[in-house]
Formats: sequence, structure tokens, C-alpha cells
Amino acid sequence: MAENLDQSFEESSMSNEEKRKINREQRIQIIAFAFMIGITILAFLAVGSEQLPGVFTIPFILFLAFVQLILQLYYFMHLKDKDHGWPNSFMISGLVLAAPMVVSLILLIGIVKY
Amino acid sequence: MVSEATNTLKKSVFWDWMTTVDHKKIAILYLLAGTLFFLKAGLMAVIFRIQLIAPEMEFISGQTFNEFITMHGTLMLFLAVTPIFFAFMNFVVPLQIGARDVAFPFVNALGFWLFFLGGLLLSLSWFFGGAPDAGWTSYVPLASREFGGVGIDFYVLGLQISGFGTLVSGINFIVTIINMRAPGMTMMRLPLFCWTTLLTSILIVFAFTPLAAGLALLMLDRIFDAQFFIPGEGGNVVIWQHIFWIFGHPEVYILVLPAFGMISEVIPAFSKKRLFGYTSMVFAVLIIAFLSFMVWMHHMFTVGIGPIANSIFAISTMTIAVPTGIKIFNWLFTMWGGKLTFNTAMIFAASFVPTFVLGGVTGVMLAMAPVDHLYHDTYFVVAHFHYIIVGGIVLGIFAALFYWYPKMFGHKLNETLGMIMFWLFYIGFHLTFFIQHILGLVGMPRRVYTYLEGQGMDTMNFISTIGAFLMAVAVIILIINIVYSALKSEPVTVDDPWDARTLEWATHTPVPEYNFAQTPQVRSLDPVFYEKIHGNGKMKPAEPLDDIHMPSGSILPFFISLGLFIAGFGFISFHLDLFISPYVLIAIGGIVTFGSMGLRSMQTDHGYHISKETVEEMEKELS
Ligand code: HEM
Ligand SMILES: [Cu+2]
Repeated sequence: MAENLDQSFEESSMSNEEKRKINREQRIQIIAFAFMIGITILAFLAVGSEQLPGVFTIPFILFLAFVQLILQLYYFMHLKDKDHGWPNSFMISGLVLAAPMVVSLILLIGIVKY
Repeated sequence: MVSEATNTLKKSVFWDWMTTVDHKKIAILYLLAGTLFFLKAGLMAVIFRIQLIAPEMEFISGQTFNEFITMHGTLMLFLAVTPIFFAFMNFVVPLQIGARDVAFPFVNALGFWLFFLGGLLLSLSWFFGGAPDAGWTSYVPLASREFGGVGIDFYVLGLQISGFGTLVSGINFIVTIINMRAPGMTMMRLPLFCWTTLLTSILIVFAFTPLAAGLALLMLDRIFDAQFFIPGEGGNVVIWQHIFWIFGHPEVYILVLPAFGMISEVIPAFSKKRLFGYTSMVFAVLIIAFLSFMVWMHHMFTVGIGPIANSIFAISTMTIAVPTGIKIFNWLFTMWGGKLTFNTAMIFAASFVPTFVLGGVTGVMLAMAPVDHLYHDTYFVVAHFHYIIVGGIVLGIFAALFYWYPKMFGHKLNETLGMIMFWLFYIGFHLTFFIQHILGLVGMPRRVYTYLEGQGMDTMNFISTIGAFLMAVAVIILIINIVYSALKSEPVTVDDPWDARTLEWATHTPVPEYNFAQTPQVRSLDPVFYEKIHGNGKMKPAEPLDDIHMPSGSILPFFISLGLFIAGFGFISFHLDLFISPYVLIAIGGIVTFGSMGLRSMQTDHGYHISKETVEEMEKELS
């Protein structure tokens, strides 16, 4: 049994249905990838052009970063797919736990008091 | 002992233990190593209690005292209690969920060796200019390169390496519990020990990562002249405290949750009742695990973060008492009206409940931010956490030891010696620590190596030290008990010596290499009990008898860890005058570690099979 595990198969055993799914998945990946490159360029432009005021740029690129994160997690790392309940809940609880830590490390390091 | 009869492959004993990936053997390695560190840290405690027995003693110097309390705390938390928990988790969890092993046996072995060699690295500090001496919290600036000696480097790198071990073991347990459950073992049928193991592992993943980051920053500060924590150069010392306690408070729950789980196994078994309020128990631990990340600032009330921040964290801290209270009542109601057997395991478990309550009450007292300015850094805090750690966690460990000992080693521990030990330990514990509440209230500061006469502290310190002696005697009796029982005790041949309820008692004693010849079909919470009532007392199989696929052993986990050990020592030796350049050590260590990892990636190893005939033979022999 174990000896055969190394051998590759000669032809795919996937059904047409599965092949169609894979193709669609690939298309989505490419579109998401292109879109992510797009918003990355946008972010660089927003900062690099030096035309926009800081009050706009900072929230704007943070927003883009957030979109980027969602795309990364849900499309690239497949969190949107079926049977990803556990990874989803781990990812979300990680974010929920890390948020107050980041906030407090920014706000509460003892220089300004609340 | 997992006897040789249960091995299908023949190897030399030494090679077998060095290369083992069997969760039952790794459990025993963890137990041995954890016990060694426990004894070492306990001995230090006895020595510094002797130093405090009378005012102005000169038994040990102030420097040695500082090194001892630092090593005592660090060893107990990271290298004694956690590994002993891992021992029981490794042994029990796969059996309780009906699995043949953990999800990643290789990673399991790696976790053990990383922990052990990391601990060894930390202990090496005694031979190279003194142990760390800045407390287990290692606050900067005391621990910065300006004020802290080379001992702190050992602390940073030793904990970093053993922390990796803890981290990978945590990941391994999460995957095991989520993916390897037997058919029918739904999440809401998991025994509570598995639930607390799962949540502890999640806490480890989320809490040990900030610790690793903090230690890395401290290492950069100390060895590579960075300035994260150096105020004069734009750094900030409070950041260390935040990072440490973001890790540190979840860590205290990492320690107490498995003890909760152990108690929740032992109490139903000896009350002959199912655990009262199983669902509320599960949700209580979930809530505790979540809240434990939201309270870290209660260790920093006196830093001066400001009143609003202090109030928020005071309130979030107090809310933890609610789910904890639910658990306490559930344990009490489990015992209520049950057919109680008070043997050693049960008496340890039952006495956990009141002492833990005392620790919780002082916890809530400490959580009141304004009053904490009085308590902070006094013996009151020492009393608080020892009521939880010794009165809770260590009692839980002893209960678990007596309870699972027959499954692990094939014979019971002696009950008479066990009872003597219990009473000595229990009385000694209260003598040592109860009086420390009062010592703290009259103003004795913690971590100070002596005190003056005539301040009303002499008698109380004397009593406290006597209590410590009693606890030491109790531990010696435990060791005598282990040796005595190994020689004199009758071997346990039945599967289920306690007439207990959960799945681990459906395996043979000694547990064969493959745990279950056929994966069991779980039909209820407390599956073994269910089959005793509704079935014929045996678990129904969920699959036909067949060849069993097993992972093969490997020496690589040891070498991966050894490489990190050498490299870690190399980093430390920037501050040592050795005959060999640090870069050489780092290079050797790196090559060994990454070489072993590469070897592992190249290797094709599909494990081996135990043939159906061998399984049948073994099953016949064991039953
Ligand atoms: C009801 C639950 C608890 C509450 C409300 C609570 C509250 C507190 C507070 C406010 C402090 C800080 C005291 C100070 O430094 O002034 C503290 C310290 C401490 N607690 Fe708890 N605690 C609780 C449970 C636990 C548990 C379960 C553990 C261990 C498993 C634990 C272990 C510790 C330790 C080790 C310290 C001292 C850390 C140090 O300064 O070295 N506590 N606790
Ligand atoms: Cu805390």
C-alpha cells in the first residue's frame, strides 16, 4: 500500500464537474490577484504623488489595506470555501484578540494618560 | 510502563526512547523531564524559605536569592507545570477521543525535544556567570543590557527555544482534537479534559507568539544594541510590560485550564455521576479563555496608565469570576448526592475546589484597582497566585497522577502513602501561603531577600517556612510511593480499574502501541459508562479489524532541537569569553537544524504497518 504513494497517476481522475469548478476557481484567483495589484498601485500613487493631504491619504490607504486583507484571507487563503469553519473562527478570533492589543500598545504606553 | 510487550518493532531501549514518536512514550518523557524541573525548582524554594525563616538571615546572599526566585518562577511555570500537563494531554487526549496517535507525531516529538533542550540551555546559566536574576517577569530596565547580567541572555534564549516547543505542541493538539475524533465523538461529547486541552492550546497559539516577539525584541536590545526598551534612546520600558502581560495573563489560564479539565474527569469518576452541567462547563471555559486576553492590564495598575484604562481592566478582570463561579458550582453539584469514594485522587480533586475559591477571591480583591496600590508587590500577591497555582494546579496534577497512573504505568500508587502525602501537603500548603496574605497586608514586599527584626513579621515567616518543609516532605513521600509501588504494587490487568466513564478506560492496560485495535463507535457523552449500562460493557467497533498504519520513529526532532540549542548558546556567548567564536557556534547550530529539516523534507517515509495477525495476537494476549 505504502509503496504506491510515490507514483504519479497517468490521467486525472477528476470529473468534468470538478474540472469546471477548478477552472472557475482559477479565474477568480487571477481576477482577485489583478485587483489586488491594482489597489496596491493605487496606494503607492496616493502616497507618491504628494498632491493629496495626509488626512485623506492615511485613512484611504488603511481602507485599501483592509480590503486587501479580506481578499487575501477569503480568496487566496480560501476562507470563503465550504468546510472552512474552523480556520474562519480561528482567524476571526485572532483578529478580535489582537485588535485591543494593538490599540493599547499605541495608546497606553504611559506617556499620555487615559 | 508501556511495556516492551506492546512494541511490535524491536529496538534498543535507548534508541527507542530517543526516536519515539508514540504519544504515550512522549508523555512519559514529558512527565520525567517536568518532574525533574519541578524538583529542582522546589528545592530552590525550600532554600530561599530557609533564608526567610528569621530576620536578617545570611543563609544565602541577596544575589543568590534573586537568582533562586527568578529560576523558581520561570522553571515552575514554563518547564515544570506546562510539561507535566503536556504529559497527561499527550497520554490521555488521543485515548479519550478514540485516536491512534496525535495528528503530527513527528511534531509532537519535536515539541518535547525543543522544550527539553531549551530548559537545559536555561539551566546552563548556573555554570556561566550566574542564573537570570530579574524575576520571572524580567522587567526592563532591570533586564536591559545596561543592568542585567548574562543570566538574562540565558533566560531570553532558553525560553525562546522551549517556547517554540510549547507552540508546536499546542498546534498539534488543536489539529488532533479537531480532526482525529472517532466516529460519533462530536464536539459536545468531548470529555472536559479534551475541551480544556483544546482551549489551552488555542491560548498557547495566541499568547506564546507575543512572548516570542517580546523575547526577540529583548534579545535584539541586549545582544545587537537595539533600543526598543531604552528610554534614553527613544525606547519605552512600559511596552515590555504590556507585551509580557499580554502573554502573561493568558499564560496563567494556560496553566489553570488543564487543571480544571483534570478535576472535571476525576470528580465524576469518583462521584459515580455524570458531570453536572456539561454544556455550561464548556461555555464557561470558552468564556474564560476569551476573557483571559482582555485583562492583562491588571498587572500594571500601578504603572500609571490612567484612571479610565485602569477602571476598564478592573471590571473586565472581575467578570472572569462569573464563569469561574459557574464551574465551582458545577463541581459541587456533581458531588452532591453522588456515591462518593474518597481515595487519594478524589481527595486531591475535591480539595482543589475550596482552595481555588480562596485564590479567586483574592484575585477579585486584587482586581480593584485603587486597593491594588496597597497589595501590589507585596506577599499578598504571592499568596494569591500560590493559592491558585499550588492549591489549584498542583493539587489537580496530583489528582490526575493518582487517577491515570494505572493506565500509564500498569499499577496503582499506594493509597496509604498517598493519604499521608495529601495531608502533609495540604496542611503544609495552607501554613505556607495563608499566612502570606497577612504578611502582605502588614507590608512585607515580595522579592526582597531579608527583613528586619521587630516589624511583626518574624513569627509569620517562621510558620511559612515550616509549611514549606511539610510540602517538601510530602513530595519526598510521593517519590517513595512511586518507587514502593513500582516494586510492591500488584499489576493492574483490567482495562478499567476505577469503574470510570470516559474512552481512555476502554483501552487495554498496558495500552498497546496502536491504542485501539478497531476505532470505537461513540454513542454518548461518557461512552464507556454508556456501554456499561446500555451495551455489553465493550465499545462497539466502527471499522473491521485490519492492518494498522503507524508512523515510524525518527531521531531528527532531537537534532533539530540540538541545533537550536547550540545556536542559542552561540548567541549568548557574545557576552561570554569563550575559546570559540560565537559565529562558529551559530553556524554549527544553524547547519544542524536546517540540515535536519532538509533531510526530513527529502526523506520519503510512509511509516509501517502492523499486520492484522499481530494485532489479533496482541489483543488476545492483553485481554
Ligand atoms: C478570578 C480570577 C483571577 C483574578 C480576578 C486575578 C487577579 C489578579 C490580579 C489583579 C493580579 C495582579 C496583582 C498585583 O500584581 O498587584 C494577579 C496576579 C497574579 N495572578 Fe491572578 N487572578 C485570577 C486568577 C489567576 C489564575 C487562574 C492564576 C494562575 C493560574 C493567577 C496567577 C497570577 C499570578 C502568577 C500573578 C502574579 C504575577 C506576578 O506579578 O508575578 N491568577 N491576579
Ligand atoms: Cu492576571
